[in-house]
Amino acid sequence: MNRSQVVLYVDGTWESVLTAAFDVFAHKFFPLDLRLLSNGQSDLFAATHHVVSDAKKADRVRKGLTVRDRNVYNDLWWVYLSELPGSLLLILRAIMYYFDSVQPVNTNYQDPRILQISNIVRSVSREKHRMKAFVRFRRLEDGVYFALIAPDFNVLPLIYRHFADRYADQQWLIYDQKRNYGIYYDLKDVSEVYFSAAEPFKPHAVEQHDATEEQTYDSLWKVYFSAVNIEERKNMKLHIRHVPRRYWRFLNEKTPRT
Amino acid sequence: MEDRLKEKLEILADAAKYDVSCSSSGSNRVNKGKGLGNTGAGICHTYTEDGRCVSLLKILLTNHCIFDCAYCVSRKSNDIKRAAFTVREVVDLTVAFYRRNYIEGLFLSSGIFKDADYTMERLILVAKTLRQQHAFNGYIHLKTIPGASPELIHAAGLYADRLSVNLEIPTESGLKLLAPEKNRKDMITPIAYLKEQLEKTEDEKRRFKYAPHFAPAGQSTQMIIGATGESDKQIISVADHFYTRFKMKRVYYSGYVPISNDRRLPGMETTVPVVRENRLYQTDWLMRFYGFQAEEIVNDQYPFLDLDIDPKLGWALRNMHVFPVDINSADYSLILRVPGVGVASAKKIVAARTFGSLDLHALKKIGVAINRAKYFIICRGYRHSFCEKQPERLKHILLGKSQSKFRKDLTYQPTLF
Repeated sequence: MNRSQVVLYVDGTWESVLTAAFDVFAHKFFPLDLRLLSNGQSDLFAATHHVVSDAKKADRVRKGLTVRDRNVYNDLWWVYLSELPGSLLLILRAIMYYFDSVQPVNTNYQDPRILQISNIVRSVSREKHRMKAFVRFRRLEDGVYFALIAPDFNVLPLIYRHFADRYADQQWLIYDQKRNYGIYYDLKDVSEVYFSAAEPFKPHAVEQHDATEEQTYDSLWKVYFSAVNIEERKNMKLHIRHVPRRYWRFLNEKTPRT
Repeated sequence: MEDRLKEKLEILADAAKYDVSCSSSGSNRVNKGKGLGNTGAGICHTYTEDGRCVSLLKILLTNHCIFDCAYCVSRKSNDIKRAAFTVREVVDLTVAFYRRNYIEGLFLSSGIFKDADYTMERLILVAKTLRQQHAFNGYIHLKTIPGASPELIHAAGLYADRLSVNLEIPTESGLKLLAPEKNRKDMITPIAYLKEQLEKTEDEKRRFKYAPHFAPAGQSTQMIIGATGESDKQIISVADHFYTRFKMKRVYYSGYVPISNDRRLPGMETTVPVVRENRLYQTDWLMRFYGFQAEEIVNDQYPFLDLDIDPKLGWALRNMHVFPVDINSADYSLILRVPGVGVASAKKIVAARTFGSLDLHALKKIGVAINRAKYFIICRGYRHSFCEKQPERLKHILLGKSQSKFRKDLTYQPTLF
């Protein structure tokens, strides 16, 4: 059976990626690449296919994957959230591999696609865990606990549950500076929030709205952080491995005492 | 007021930092009815510049102490600044830090003021206030004060996630030398009592739908390493004893940091035995996750761990008859014993080989450290000439290859926790 080679274009949503997988099977495509529509079409020679996101189609693919193994679907979703170059095509090819195999193949670590997925999932998982650790809230005068982050991967969808469960009795907002959106908990639900283009977010403006006791706790934390260190055992290499420099600007214990 | 609080925090965190336990995992408290916090897998919120995890607000309630243990900074005869928190201060600090996502909870220990029971009562009061007045479900680790009465230890278990009594010195004779006022029995009694209570609760949980929490994260202990000239075999067999007989969740090893000119102790110029400490943690891991028995690693013939190489490689070199291991057919438990293969790669090997036999390239991709493992394995298309099974030569080769990591004079930290 000959599959026709095409470049697929999607709108970039998770639904559109799953729909693309559906189309690949429906039209017997061989995907050369999976690209974002927003980047413009520039294929002079290859055949192209424009994927129209479709909830029903996406859902059938989702069901097909979860039936095999719950982890299979979750892993692909995490790869999607990694936003790494080539990750969309990897997802598509992995789905094809899963559906073309009779046996479950998601633990075939000899296959380059499975290995790559497992490695990306590990990286995303590490970043997710780091954000659970490195979020630093400051209490603002209106009572909202506010934190800024800029994670390597889009992990807000993976951590909101954790924060909602843990800080159920305080309002909080975690804002991803890199992706320009945040999650806000209003004591009931978590929702996505954006700053309007007319009034873009300015990190320094936040400090002016700190609650009065904020500086006290900030400096108590800094006092604590330096007091628990054992100077005789100093090991900055290890310290930096655990707390890479790119996170320092969001960690109050790593910013100078005022 | 605020400055005094800062000073107290500085003194009482500094005094608590030699307690190495930082774990905040293993408990199962959920946040019911919109209270504050929960416990789960454990999170290290930051790391000190010495590379240790900061998970809990680890402080002493006070560093006033009636004892004079030579190995302890808070000993009575030491001329240091003393301070004491009020219950309220500890509670407020814990809640404020927790709400800002700085910490997973509280680790509260104390110098012994007045007597054991009085001290224990104050610790319990902090935990109780957090749980009852602040609906706090974060992690609480309380020190059990040796000599405190069973009723109080029981009460502590109702509020804490973990309880611990530090053995401090691995041998009884060492303890007698450095802390004549303390005795081993006072430490074992609460440990044994806790073990009993934990088992009882486990049993109740099986039989009744609602059994009260009792220290759901179990108990742990700590030993100071290198203060009294004990052997690694002594340390590991004590640890093993507590893991098997007392169901300890963790035994911690704390390399002695010179804090005193006392002639019974190593001098102020000695360096912290971080490599040895790391080897002990590696051994601990081998016992808990790799299926090794204590006496396989240290015994009368080999009472000390080799500082140059990790204990798993050390075991392999002493047991060359077990190798080579065939990656494509050996049991998981045996694959786990191959140097260069960790738990994650062993699992992947066992899963992946059902799809076809594995070669060196596949093993490398899976994450096996091939330049170590290759001397101990057979896989598809590969069989090493094996250095004629000469362990000394093999050790030499392996050390030469990974010099930076295994050089003795290089002090580095355990990365296991």
